[in-house]
Amino acid sequence: MDIPLLEVRDLVLEMGQGSENVRLLNGVSFTLRKGETLGLVGESGSGKSLTASSLARLTPSPPSRYRGQILVNGHDVFGMTSRELRRLRGGVISYVFQEPASVLNPVLRVGTQILESLRLHHPEAARPAEVHRWLKRVGIPSPEKRARQYPHELSGGMQQRAVIAMALASQPDLLIADEPTTALDVTIQAQILDLLRDLQQQFGMGILLITHNLGIISEMAGRVLVMYAGQIVESGAVGDVLGNPQHPYTRALLASVPSLQGNRDRLLTIPGQVPSPREFPSGCRFHPRCVQARPDCSERMPILEELSGSRLVRCPYHGVPA
Amino acid sequence: MSLLEVQGLKVHFKLRRGWFRSASILKAVDDVSFQIDPGETLGIVGESGCGKTTLARAIVRLLTPTAGRILFEGTDLAILKGAALRLRRRKLQMVFQDPYGSLNPRMTIRQIINEPLGIHRVGKNAKTRSTRYSELLTAVGLDAGAADRYPHEFSGGQRQRIGIARALALEPRVVVCDEPVSALDVSVQAQVVNLLRDLQETLGMALVFIAHDLAVVRHISHRIMVMYLGKAVETGPARTVIDHPSHPYTKSLVAAVPAIRRGESVPRIVLPGEMPSPINPPPGCPFHPRCPVAQDLCRVEPPLLREIQPGHWASCHFATV
Repeated sequence: MDIPLLEVRDLVLEMGQGSENVRLLNGVSFTLRKGETLGLVGESGSGKSLTASSLARLTPSPPSRYRGQILVNGHDVFGMTSRELRRLRGGVISYVFQEPASVLNPVLRVGTQILESLRLHHPEAARPAEVHRWLKRVGIPSPEKRARQYPHELSGGMQQRAVIAMALASQPDLLIADEPTTALDVTIQAQILDLLRDLQQQFGMGILLITHNLGIISEMAGRVLVMYAGQIVESGAVGDVLGNPQHPYTRALLASVPSLQGNRDRLLTIPGQVPSPREFPSGCRFHPRCVQARPDCSERMPILEELSGSRLVRCPYHGVPA
Repeated sequence: MSLLEVQGLKVHFKLRRGWFRSASILKAVDDVSFQIDPGETLGIVGESGCGKTTLARAIVRLLTPTAGRILFEGTDLAILKGAALRLRRRKLQMVFQDPYGSLNPRMTIRQIINEPLGIHRVGKNAKTRSTRYSELLTAVGLDAGAADRYPHEFSGGQRQRIGIARALALEPRVVVCDEPVSALDVSVQAQVVNLLRDLQETLGMALVFIAHDLAVVRHISHRIMVMYLGKAVETGPARTVIDHPSHPYTKSLVAAVPAIRRGESVPRIVLPGEMPSPINPPPGCPFHPRCPVAQDLCRVEPPLLREIQPGHWASCHFATV
């Protein structure tokens, strides 16, 4: 069997000392293969962005403490020297975040910033012509002119394209896109998603796509992980998970999204909110908000159970309620 | 007579670039008309920069319109000033997008919700005010213990409830919600959307609901107005506009929404380019540079908003039912 591009085994992330100690991620495991798009969904505070930033050890340790393993192309990220980490960050793993304006340096020209990415990871290709080629690839018209402009002279959609150009110029194996289109209009969002798909076909990188938008997951991802309170609660092929959700949380999440076809009646809601890591409930972490909770749900933490093939669910009472 | 009737509303901004250059004009809202009845929800959708927020601010007179009329219960708000405006404006309130930026961090929830009551001298004394206050908190689903806490102690969804309670304090007839749920998680978004609908049912106020999420707007609205470059390009019953859009812009907006597929897939039209600058809009139909069906006529002749079937209007030369 070949080595997966990314393998996360039982990742635990803790912060704080003594009684202040909180466990932010708890036993997160998954794999991602070359050329695959893996979706990661959940509400704010579920730990999806923390998982993403852990992959290249972007959360500093200390104060954070990691356990478990993260293997990128078979190499353990936790065993890397700072020199190796520098090569990993931006070189093997690139990030695209929600707010392009917060990623771009406002006082540097767009072209200069892309050139920097090239200079760090592919010094032999660090030429303006190569920068223009990348700008063109991500669909920015008149790249020579745009390269000379400053970020504020570009629209939000164009800024995000520039960020994607910067992330891809190093030709990473893994692109982590954390809510890449949440700040953009639907029409621009559609353009960016199409672009990501095209570029993936061209370069074959794996994409970890983090979003709270289940529609985007449905259109883009092959497999999906659903996270809640620092744990994976359900995973599997996108069609199965969204078409036939097994965990009550996944079902509730799907039911709270208004659809373009639905009728004008009430939206189903999930009562309460995601608990903070300091007050994760005992037993199943979803039980206080779960409509199907039974008395023993507050006692035992359910295990992530394998239903079939690649389908995992963390609920002993999974399935459609009677 | 409608509760609120907006006629030919224009909000233009003069931009001066340097001393010797002539000022250019940004037409943020250009000749928009609509009406709304008690208990009705009008959804307004469009991309960033289409003028929907400017329109919202003009309706509640946070901005002074350049031209047009805003008839509220028969009075034209567009020309009112000072005390007369303040008196009328009580009945039009606004809920803002950012639940973090729209609440004063130095005021307790009690002070935030009581402030409009104090300004308009509603309630004879502190006691009646505090009754009103707890009614409001209950109405938006917060417990009375919230009274003396500060905004930072609440989550985004709870803050949006506080913003709604503040807007409801003066018993408005019209509440303008500018992207009230965009900053919230889907599960919380559903709670706030349901809350707004419940409040509308019990209080009978009219809602103007601005959002870029078409599914949410379709869900909550009775009628929808689609805006592009400061103009209304399509209006009609919510279902009709989203399920059977007539204007090519609305069609592409609807098609751009990523849908959760449970089976068949729908081909997506990806609209090329971005909305042009409203300072220098294209001649003819403002949408023609991005329109997949544009003809020569569209490049010269601006289309008029016309009724293509009862209650359903579109401004496209080729709009059909």
